[in-house]
Amino acid sequence: MKSTMKFSRLAIALVSASISYSALAQNTDLGEPVAEGGDVEAADVAGSDEEDDGGLVFTVTDDTDYSDVGIAIPAFATDRDQPTPANSGGTGALGQEVARVITANLRNNGLFKPTGPDSLPSPRFQQITAPSWSTWGSRGAEMLVQGYVTARADGKLVVGCYLYDVALQDELIRDGWVVRPADWRRAAHKCSDLIYARLTGESPFFDSRIAYIAETGPKDNRVKRLAVMDSDGANHRFLTLGSATALTPRYSPDYSKILYLSYVDGNPRIYVYDIGRGSQTLVTENKSPTLAPRWSPDGQHILFSMAVNGNTDIYRVPVTGGRITRLTDTPGIDIGGSYSPDGSKIVFESDRSGTQQCYVMNADGSNQRRITFFGGRCATPEWSPRGDQIAFTRIAGDFNVAVMSPNGRNLRVLTNGWQDEAPTWAPNGRIIQFFRTSRNSGKSNLWQVDLTGQNERRLPTPVDASDPAWGPIRP
Amino acid sequence: MNKSLTTAMLMVSVCATAACSRQAPEELPAAPTTTTAATPTPSVAPTTSVAGPGTQEHFRNAVGQSTVVYFDTDRFNIDSSDAAALQAQAQYFAQYPSLTFTVEGHTDERGTREYNLALGERRANAAKNYLVSLGVSADRITTLSYGKERPTALASTAEAWAQNRRAASVLIN
Repeated sequence: MKSTMKFSRLAIALVSASISYSALAQNTDLGEPVAEGGDVEAADVAGSDEEDDGGLVFTVTDDTDYSDVGIAIPAFATDRDQPTPANSGGTGALGQEVARVITANLRNNGLFKPTGPDSLPSPRFQQITAPSWSTWGSRGAEMLVQGYVTARADGKLVVGCYLYDVALQDELIRDGWVVRPADWRRAAHKCSDLIYARLTGESPFFDSRIAYIAETGPKDNRVKRLAVMDSDGANHRFLTLGSATALTPRYSPDYSKILYLSYVDGNPRIYVYDIGRGSQTLVTENKSPTLAPRWSPDGQHILFSMAVNGNTDIYRVPVTGGRITRLTDTPGIDIGGSYSPDGSKIVFESDRSGTQQCYVMNADGSNQRRITFFGGRCATPEWSPRGDQIAFTRIAGDFNVAVMSPNGRNLRVLTNGWQDEAPTWAPNGRIIQFFRTSRNSGKSNLWQVDLTGQNERRLPTPVDASDPAWGPIRP
Repeated sequence: MNKSLTTAMLMVSVCATAACSRQAPEELPAAPTTTTAATPTPSVAPTTSVAGPGTQEHFRNAVGQSTVVYFDTDRFNIDSSDAAALQAQAQYFAQYPSLTFTVEGHTDERGTREYNLALGERRANAAKNYLVSLGVSADRITTLSYGKERPTALASTAEAWAQNRRAASVLIN
């Protein structure tokens, strides 16, 4: 951060008039800065007497096994109903909302069979650590999620989350968090993640955000705005005003910045948008169009494509600015690079063979080799955060989202829309979001699908949507 | 005066090499420096008789359909009909050497967004390079890709896609 500011001050000093004018001009399409949430602190939570044995309750072989597990999620209790800015009904009503958010998370992702607080009795505060086993046993729930919400003297909220196995009458795991009232949903997502991770053995993903492009207007004059939201669609914000077309955003690994393409100066250029400051800078001062921005996994470098005299190649630049390094140099279009999670390799698309195909190279540009030979075309490759898969747009007649091994083998097609495009991975590498465009109307929406291809659903957004980019799990 | 003489000479030379008798204007357009009063902007409803040089309308009146060239799927080569259109454009820009313009590159919707941005840029450059080869100075031409973001034909049909795979020359006012 410090060096970024230093760099921009230096630039202003060097070319004062033109740069400071363009710095203003390039911010003309930006909305008000978004207040970012505070940190989530861990909280000590009291447990039941039983020790956590730490083992999995059952073996998970694929997503269909645990999708049948019934989970009761009654309202979170409170020690005494207190007013809180998080809910006009106080901490008691907030406890109901927290349980609803957790229920929706688990249900909407095709995981488990959750039953929410609106059709369940509400446990008392004292029962959170001592469940009424007979009540839950008779309801046929295999798992029970209980918790509490209390308001501290400083106004912050303490949220405790407990997962019980009803048949074993045993606590499986518990955790707690201290959050600002405005961040209460993050505690619900942390609890969802705790349950999901404990029951599936997978890494968490609910406490994460999504950047995307919000679309309105007719097909030949679409208004495209940069927008962000939580993984469940809550806390939605528009970041640009829509006077300039915005495309292809990518959250930085620490959520402090968003790379995206904007036509704000009339030309397609990549900007680094600083969320806290509400301002943006060009990724590189250059006359040529810059396209397809991507972060390196450590957030220290930006990968992008630049079209020089019509020939597009992939380049890398430090996030603090400075010298750009060219990574590809073949005639044709090389674009859409995506780093492996360890940062050692880059998968990208190139039409150097005549059609769009996917290639892998070392991070320094060496050892470029084609990995797709399936007969169709390979576009928009995205390396899974787990490293074991590459998702891409498979073009073979229609456009579908598919995955393959990093060597190009084991191709599996996950979707079957007319035009499904631009996959982005959940932080745990188990779910993929993409956008689906309708034939003729050109309207597009965000969808997600899990790796089985079975649990597919549309994500609700206030207006039409495209170019989703899922950020990492939040600390 | 000197300017219009040069323009006339350029026209003759272009016509001589490009066999364009059919495209030769029947009457010479007004010299570039005409009335300063109330030149209609391109957004004004078509009133063909008053559009002056430097307006998109005047350009369109002069070259007709040839302001736009079209491409095959995923291609960016200049075919014979593109070449004829670009020759008509080159003729016009030779006539009005002070004009600058943008070649906007577009694609159809049947491609991924980022690739299409690069493909539109490639098409715009293909048209630009051809114009340069016909004698239009490169520093008069800027390129701009919209990828698949600005279709003119809105259906999802082969006919619509063919109309959208284009490079359109647009005067800079």
